[in-house]
Amino acid sequence: MLHIVACIKQVPDTKIIKMNPKTNTMDRASAPAILNPYDEHAVEEAVRIRERYGGTVSVLTMGPPPAVKAIKKCIAIGADEGYMISDRKFAGADTLATSYALTKALEKISQIKPVDLVICGKMTIDGDTGQVGPGIARRLDIPPLTSVKKVEEVNKQDGYVIVHRKIEDGHEVIQSSLPCLLSVEKEINEVPYASFPNMLKATRYDPHIWSVDDLEDVDIKQLGLKGSPTIVAKVWAPPKPEGGKVLEGNPAEKVEQLISVLLERKELFEGRGRA
Amino acid sequence: MAERFDCIVVGAGPAGISCAFELAKGGASVLLLERGEYPGSKNVMGGVLYRKMMEDVIPGFYKEAPLERPIVEQRFMMMDKESAVTFGYKGMEWGQEPYNNFTVLRAKFDQWFASKAVEQGAILVNETVVTQCIVEEGRVVGVRTDRPDGDIYADVVVLADGVNSLLAKSLGFHKEYRPDEVALATMEVLKLDKKTIEERFNLEPNQGCTIELFGDATKGILGTGFLYTNKDTLSIGVGTLLSGLIKHKIKPYELLEYVKNHPMIRPYLHGSDQQEYLAHLIPEGGYKSMGRVVGNGVIVVGDAAQLVNAIHREGSNLAMTSGRIAAETILLAMEAEDFSEALLDRYRVKLMESFVGQDMKKYKDSTHHFDKFPQYFDQYIPMMNRAASQMFTVDGSSKWEKQKKIWKEVGTAREKIKIARDAYRAWRVMK
Repeated sequence: MLHIVACIKQVPDTKIIKMNPKTNTMDRASAPAILNPYDEHAVEEAVRIRERYGGTVSVLTMGPPPAVKAIKKCIAIGADEGYMISDRKFAGADTLATSYALTKALEKISQIKPVDLVICGKMTIDGDTGQVGPGIARRLDIPPLTSVKKVEEVNKQDGYVIVHRKIEDGHEVIQSSLPCLLSVEKEINEVPYASFPNMLKATRYDPHIWSVDDLEDVDIKQLGLKGSPTIVAKVWAPPKPEGGKVLEGNPAEKVEQLISVLLERKELFEGRGRA
Repeated sequence: MAERFDCIVVGAGPAGISCAFELAKGGASVLLLERGEYPGSKNVMGGVLYRKMMEDVIPGFYKEAPLERPIVEQRFMMMDKESAVTFGYKGMEWGQEPYNNFTVLRAKFDQWFASKAVEQGAILVNETVVTQCIVEEGRVVGVRTDRPDGDIYADVVVLADGVNSLLAKSLGFHKEYRPDEVALATMEVLKLDKKTIEERFNLEPNQGCTIELFGDATKGILGTGFLYTNKDTLSIGVGTLLSGLIKHKIKPYELLEYVKNHPMIRPYLHGSDQQEYLAHLIPEGGYKSMGRVVGNGVIVVGDAAQLVNAIHREGSNLAMTSGRIAAETILLAMEAEDFSEALLDRYRVKLMESFVGQDMKKYKDSTHHFDKFPQYFDQYIPMMNRAASQMFTVDGSSKWEKQKKIWKEVGTAREKIKIARDAYRAWRVMK
């Protein structure tokens, strides 16, 4: 039976987060923590593959204790099991250290039940790097298939998967051996409204929580801040667009002004739209 | 096979959570359903939580609950356009255990309260809307939710779905409320430095103040405004009967802006930043608007049962008490294995014997009275302000002359009789 593991992360909702104007960092308290939207699609795709071929869907996350909420959300989507690695020693990890820690957890999950397929979201909305998925694949020495927008076939018996990858001007269909890692685009599926039995299951579910000591062969130097060579040299908010002209008055006056402005500057449009 | 519970509670507000808490504590299997993202996310109140009724559910809750400030002072402002007559009470006994009441922010408090019910064993499922009660052979046997495979069954369903309870309405327990039976309250939470709040409102740390606003706060429309101190925010709001807003053709947020910019209020808010804007309906029809609260396999609690004492701005405490009494009744019913209306009616009897029913009865005519005779708010409060101004302005005329002048300004002999009659009427509906 297939064993699919979706790697997920709890992130602050960056649609509404406020920036600290002094330090230029995110004020995490200003936004609720949500399941990374791309990861919802990763979990949903894992559930759909299970529905087609049978098997088990596990989710894995690294995070502080409140991230249990994100795992519960995955259970509501339809995952069977949830694993979380949570330890102060993981704190401050960049994508390199994160992929290392998750790989160690995946190795442990594989001991419980061998993993055939790892699925990640395209990227997180707080970091926007998309590096952790390929990082895990490299460390596990399995093929990473990024920008996946369709899973055509998963064949455990013959050990291959066929997927559609999004490329600049279309898509490519590729086959890879199993096990492998997919990182998926949002368009791969739509996450439906969870069923009530799944909501109940999620409410009652307690994930497996592991600390560093629960993992094997861990090189402490590669964890957390210590294992993170990334240096953030500077953070700044994108400049707000400036200039422009605001038209004043009632709608009729504004339209009049707009027409005269457009006529004044008609050279801007000359030649456009012609073949 | 759909899952069964002893009891399903619809709505995680003060009434629903109290009920779920008591039921779970009593050993019942309870499902608590909430439509919001989390309990409190959609719940609104000005912000006064009464200690006594909350302690009836969780003794000593104030030691760990996320409260804002214990209230040590309650002020009342009778406002005219550019003046106010203020009275109030401040007492240090309210600043220490066991306290009288607290300001709270519902988003935080309800979440905490619900977590306590979950600790007792209640199952809380959020983001799920109950669309109807499942009725079989004249009995409510469960609820249908908006989720796939969303039918759930139970021996008793408690409707704590708030004002306008669509579920109770669909069971025929009450009609669509008239605009003079519900108030619309809008409020803002304003961020303000802790120290500034304490200086501005004459408070020590961990002391709070409430100010109720009458008269011009609502432009003379029947209703009240309020200004409450939280830890590092202020809650300001205004609530008026829907019928008043319609009659005066004024939009609720315009009224809120008006209060915020009132010369008696503006200095309190100076330098604060808007953090949240909230609005909600309040059932203010009182005793006479109450519908049925019990049926076969179903009980209605809190706002859903119109349990609000508008005169004393009490609601959450009535809600909690109703939830608690409902739970006691259901535990009894479980023992008797009888969930008929006849047995569950003990809830209604006990509720009406408690302070909830007594207060509802006491003020049964008050909202209607003040709605029918607007002069209390739009004439007598300004008159009171003019009298105070006259009396306290030192201009060389004697106090006798001033009294005469005030008396004359009250109006002709006929008008004086009318005021006396109104005073008597007001006393009658409030006594």
